[in-house]
Amino acid sequence: MIQAENLTKYYGDVQALSGVSFHVDRGEIVGVLGPNGAGKTTAMKILTCFMPPSSGTASVAGHDIFDDPLAVKRSVGYLPEEPPVYGELTVAEYLAYAGRLKGLGRGDLKAACARVVDRCGLDKVAGRLIGNLSKGYRQRVGLAQALIHNPPVLILDEPTVGLDPAQIIEIRELIRELAQEHTVILSTHILPEVTATCQRIMIINEGRIVAVDTYENLQNQVGTSRQIRLKVSRPSPALRDRWLALDGVLDVEPDPEEDGAYRIESRLDQDLREDVARVAVESGAGLLELAGVAVSLEEVFLRLTTEEKEGTA
Amino acid sequence: MSRVWTIAAKELRSYLVSPMAWVVATVFLGVSGLLFYNAITWFSMQSFQLMQYQGAINQMNVNRMVFGPTFQNMVVTLLLLVPMVTMRLLAEEKKNRTAQLLFTSPVRLGEIVLGKFVAAVVLLSGVLLLSLYMPLLAWTYGALDWGPILSGYLGMVLLIGAFVAFGLFASSLTENQIVAAVLTFGILLVFWLLGWAAQLGGAFAQVLEHLSIITHLDSFIRGVVELKDVVYYLSAAAFGLFLTHRVLESNRWR
Repeated sequence: MIQAENLTKYYGDVQALSGVSFHVDRGEIVGVLGPNGAGKTTAMKILTCFMPPSSGTASVAGHDIFDDPLAVKRSVGYLPEEPPVYGELTVAEYLAYAGRLKGLGRGDLKAACARVVDRCGLDKVAGRLIGNLSKGYRQRVGLAQALIHNPPVLILDEPTVGLDPAQIIEIRELIRELAQEHTVILSTHILPEVTATCQRIMIINEGRIVAVDTYENLQNQVGTSRQIRLKVSRPSPALRDRWLALDGVLDVEPDPEEDGAYRIESRLDQDLREDVARVAVESGAGLLELAGVAVSLEEVFLRLTTEEKEGTA
Repeated sequence: MSRVWTIAAKELRSYLVSPMAWVVATVFLGVSGLLFYNAITWFSMQSFQLMQYQGAINQMNVNRMVFGPTFQNMVVTLLLLVPMVTMRLLAEEKKNRTAQLLFTSPVRLGEIVLGKFVAAVVLLSGVLLLSLYMPLLAWTYGALDWGPILSGYLGMVLLIGAFVAFGLFASSLTENQIVAAVLTFGILLVFWLLGWAAQLGGAFAQVLEHLSIITHLDSFIRGVVELKDVVYYLSAAAFGLFLTHRVLESNRWR
């Protein structure tokens, strides 16, 4: 659906993207992750034909961004970082304007407006001036604008920034729903967001793609070990020794902050949760809790972005 | 082409819901009305005095003596007001990041430029046409030749087109509306002053005269619609729009 080849972008002397290539398949949700200034927005602006790359090319929905920008624009709905809304228009007027700009005819316009108003939960504010709406509603109006011409591809730049937690959850659910009919690329620097919504993650740092994969694969790629967290009611040094004796266990450490809690590190390729639990039960320590600790996305992210730095230094 | 109207309609709406359009209309009508009042009072005093001399009254011509200066005064008022109207057209979109909607919609750059241009021209022409009460008054109470009045208004609309095109160009250069306004004012003032420079004579006098905004309006006010004057204003507008288009296109590549 989206194919980017060797995208490079210079702003004057500053290189914002260097040789970025990736592809997104139909119906996928891909999260673009990266620290501020990594080039996420630049990549999105190129894909939406807001500006051309300095070199390289891309195609969206089968249309080349250089040869047929109008067709690309027709097949993309774009929500920029700051929703492009006019404060002096009402929500309904604004959506009608956006619909007409995107080429909806008189007949389709009404139905399209009703559809996005319903979809984005804007029915209560449809008659109000956008300038008087809260940030959360403006964000939704921006999203409605991106959806109005029912494009096959949605490109959302930090769609949940500035929203309250309840709204964040709503928007995430909406995006997941949308992914059933649309191909979605969303960027964020909020890490849990990606795990919450995206099938694949693309990590960008300093204008380069550091990794593209599913969350699980990324975890395995950067993780050197698995961790299990557990809690027993009667901790003892003997228990710790029995765990250490298990094949594959690398380390067992009591949690200094919580009495009876342990952190067990095991080899990456072995899931030892069952064995660890059996040992705890057999030795009568009173197993209370047990959970596998995933390598958090923060860790994946930090490792990948810092590794890259060491590599280039 | 329908996108041009879509954009123009939205811009007009934005003008009408902001105080700007109303302030501009009020100031334009107030100032030009005051100057019209001066001109017509002077004219009637002159007429009153000349009534004492046989035949002299026939030299009094309301078209030439009242509406000539009135049109010139309107040009000066527009010189100050057009920058206020055009400054926001593109600068505001860039500043508020709404340009991203416009430039990622399947709309050609030319359609955007034309839409904005049409909106400002329609607004200013509308304000201008409100001043039609002046010839209507003069016509009600005296002898008025409508020909030069109508051609004068035609010239004014063409002049507004040229003014707006340069204002749009200035607005495309910056995201600061004040900068756009000052720049527009500068450009228009230079074109206006060319007419004065031409009066000084010299080798360039004729060239300057042809470039001046004022001299081309004179024939319209006299009731003569000449092709060269129409072409002058249309090509000035086209040139401004062309520059705007180039600026927007080159901004994308930066």
